[in-house]
Amino acid sequence: MSDIVISVKNLTKQFGNFVAVDNISFDVQRGEIFGFLGANGAGKTTAMRMLCGLSYPTSGSGTVAGYDVMRNGEQIKRHIGYMSQRFSLYNDLTVLENMRLFASIYGLSKKHTEERATELLNQLNFMSERNTLVGSLPLGWKQKLSFVIATIHHPDVIFLDEPTGGVDPITRRQFWELIYKAAENGTTIFVTTHYMDEAEYCSRVSIMVDGKICALDTPTRLKEQYSANSMDEVFRTLARGAKRGG
Amino acid sequence: MKVFIALLQKEFLQIRRNSFLPRLIIAFPILVMLLMPLIMTMDVRNVNIAIVDLDHSSTSHRIASHINASEYLSLAQSTAEYPLALDALKHGDIDIIVQIPNNFERDMTISTPERISITANAVNATKGSMGLQYTVQTIAKALAELQCEKSPINVQELLTVENRYNPTLNYRYYMIPALMIILFILICGFLPALSIVGEKESGTIEQINVTPISKLTFTLSKLVPYWIIGLFVVTVAMIVARLVYGLSPVGSVATIYFGAILFIFTISGFSITIANFSDTMQQTMFVMFFFVMIFMLLSGLLTPIDSMPQWAQRFTLLLPPRYLVEILRSVYLKGTTFIELWPNFVALGIFAIFFNTLAALTYKKQA
Repeated sequence: MSDIVISVKNLTKQFGNFVAVDNISFDVQRGEIFGFLGANGAGKTTAMRMLCGLSYPTSGSGTVAGYDVMRNGEQIKRHIGYMSQRFSLYNDLTVLENMRLFASIYGLSKKHTEERATELLNQLNFMSERNTLVGSLPLGWKQKLSFVIATIHHPDVIFLDEPTGGVDPITRRQFWELIYKAAENGTTIFVTTHYMDEAEYCSRVSIMVDGKICALDTPTRLKEQYSANSMDEVFRTLARGAKRGG
Repeated sequence: MKVFIALLQKEFLQIRRNSFLPRLIIAFPILVMLLMPLIMTMDVRNVNIAIVDLDHSSTSHRIASHINASEYLSLAQSTAEYPLALDALKHGDIDIIVQIPNNFERDMTISTPERISITANAVNATKGSMGLQYTVQTIAKALAELQCEKSPINVQELLTVENRYNPTLNYRYYMIPALMIILFILICGFLPALSIVGEKESGTIEQINVTPISKLTFTLSKLVPYWIIGLFVVTVAMIVARLVYGLSPVGSVATIYFGAILFIFTISGFSITIANFSDTMQQTMFVMFFFVMIFMLLSGLLTPIDSMPQWAQRFTLLLPPRYLVEILRSVYLKGTTFIELWPNFVALGIFAIFFNTLAALTYKKQA
C-alpha cells in the first residue's frame, strides 16, 4: 500500500446554491497528524463527513485508505475511526458495553474484544469505571473514551471533529497524548480544532476559509510564510477574509 | 449474525435501562384491556323518557309500565303538559317525549285514533335514532299485548330471534379485537420509530452510520425487539379477554397469532419508514398520529366498513388493520379457519414485506 492514506482532488459539496466545500485538494501521509482548521461554518465538518462516507460529494474525487469516497463508502468505514463533534456513544450503556458493542460491529472476535477492551481500559486508567454508565461520566472522560473506542478496530485513519471542545486543559493534554500514541503506531490522525495550541502539535495544518483551503503546510513553515509568532496569528490573518460563518 | 446479536443485546439493554418503557409495555395492554371494554360501549342505554299522558287510561298506563320495564329506557318524567316536557328535553334531562293523545284508548276500539307522537332529541344522532327505535318497539309491544288479549294469536310469538355468533349482542365482544389492534398500533407502531428518531436526536446514529454495519442488520435490530414485545402484548390481551370477559376464540389460537404477527411486522416496518423520513420526535409523532387516526377510524375497528360510502370502502383495502380486525373477529366469534381467511393473510403478508423492505431501503447511511 502507498504511503498516501487520504487523497482528495477537487472535492466539492453543494447544498442548493450554497457551496459548503469548494474544490478542495490535498493528500495526507500515513502516520501524519493532519490539522484541519477553519472558522465555524468554513466547511470542515462537511468535508470530513464526505471522507468518512457519511455524505456524498457533489463533485470531485478522493480516496481514503485506498477506497473511493464516491463509490466505496462502506469499504472506507471498515478502515476508519470517527469521533463526531457531538458525543455519540450510548449514554445508557456502560463503558465496557459500549466497547463490546463497537468491537462486535467491527467484527472483532470475542477473545480479541476482551483483550482489546482490557488494553484500552488500562490505557485510560478506566478499569474501575468499566461498569459505569457512560452518561454519568464527566465530559473530558467521555471524549477520551470516544477516542479509544474509535481506535478499537485498529483503523488506518481516525477522524476527529473538534474532539477537545469544552474539555479542561489537563484533559486536553492527556487527550493529545493519546493522539500522539496512536500516530506513533502508524495511525493517521485527521483532526479539526479551534485551539491554536493544538494546531502547533500537528505535523501539517490546512486552513479552510469559506469552503476553500487557503493554506496548507507544517506549522513552522506557515508561521514563516505569514511572518507570525504563533498559529493563532496565522489563523487570524487568514480567517479575517472570511465572508460567511462567525 | 454476530453483529446482529450484539445490536439486539444493546436494544434490549436500552429498553431495560429505560425507567419508563418496560412498565409501559406491561401496564398498557393490561389497562387497555381491563378498562376500555367496560367503558366504551355503543349500546344505547339509559334513554330518559317523558310521558305526556293526556289519556289517563289503562292503555296509557300499560305503555308507561312497559317503558319503565325496558332495559334501555327509563321513565324519567310523567306530566300532562307537553311544553313542560319539551323544556326538559331542551335542558337535556329528557331524551324522548311520548305524548299519548286524549281519548286514545276509547278511539282505538272504535275508529283510527289520533296518533301517539314521539319527539326525540337528535343532537347525538346515534342515541336519538336508537332510542327512538327502542321506544317505538316498546310501545308497539305494549299495544300488541293489549290486542292479543282480545284475540287468540299473539303476534310476538310468530317471531323467533337469534343473534348468531354473539348471542347476547355483547358489544364488548365486538370491541376486544379492535382494542388488541389499537394496542399493536400504539406499542409496535410508535416505539420503533421513537427508538430510531431518539438515536438521531442524541447523535448516536451517526456513530453507527460511520461503521460498516449493513442497513438491513441495523433495521432488523430495531424491529425484532418490538416483534417480541408485540407477541407478549397479544398473549396478555388474549389472557385478559379470557379471564375478565370470558371471551376465548371459537377458532384456533394459532390463526390469531399468525395474523397478529403479520400485522406487527407491518406496523413496525411502517413505523421505521416514518422514522427514516423524520429528523425529530415532533415530526415522527405528528406523522404517526395522522396515520394512526386513519387506521383507527377508517379500518372498521370502531364502525362497520359496510356502512361506509362505496369509495371509502375501496380505500379501506389500503389499510392493514382492516384485514386483521376481520381475522380476529371471525376467528374469535365464528371460528373461521385460516383457509377461509387466506385473502386477509395474503394482504397482510404483502404489507409486511412491503413496509419492512421500504424501512430497510429508506434508511440512509450516507446523505
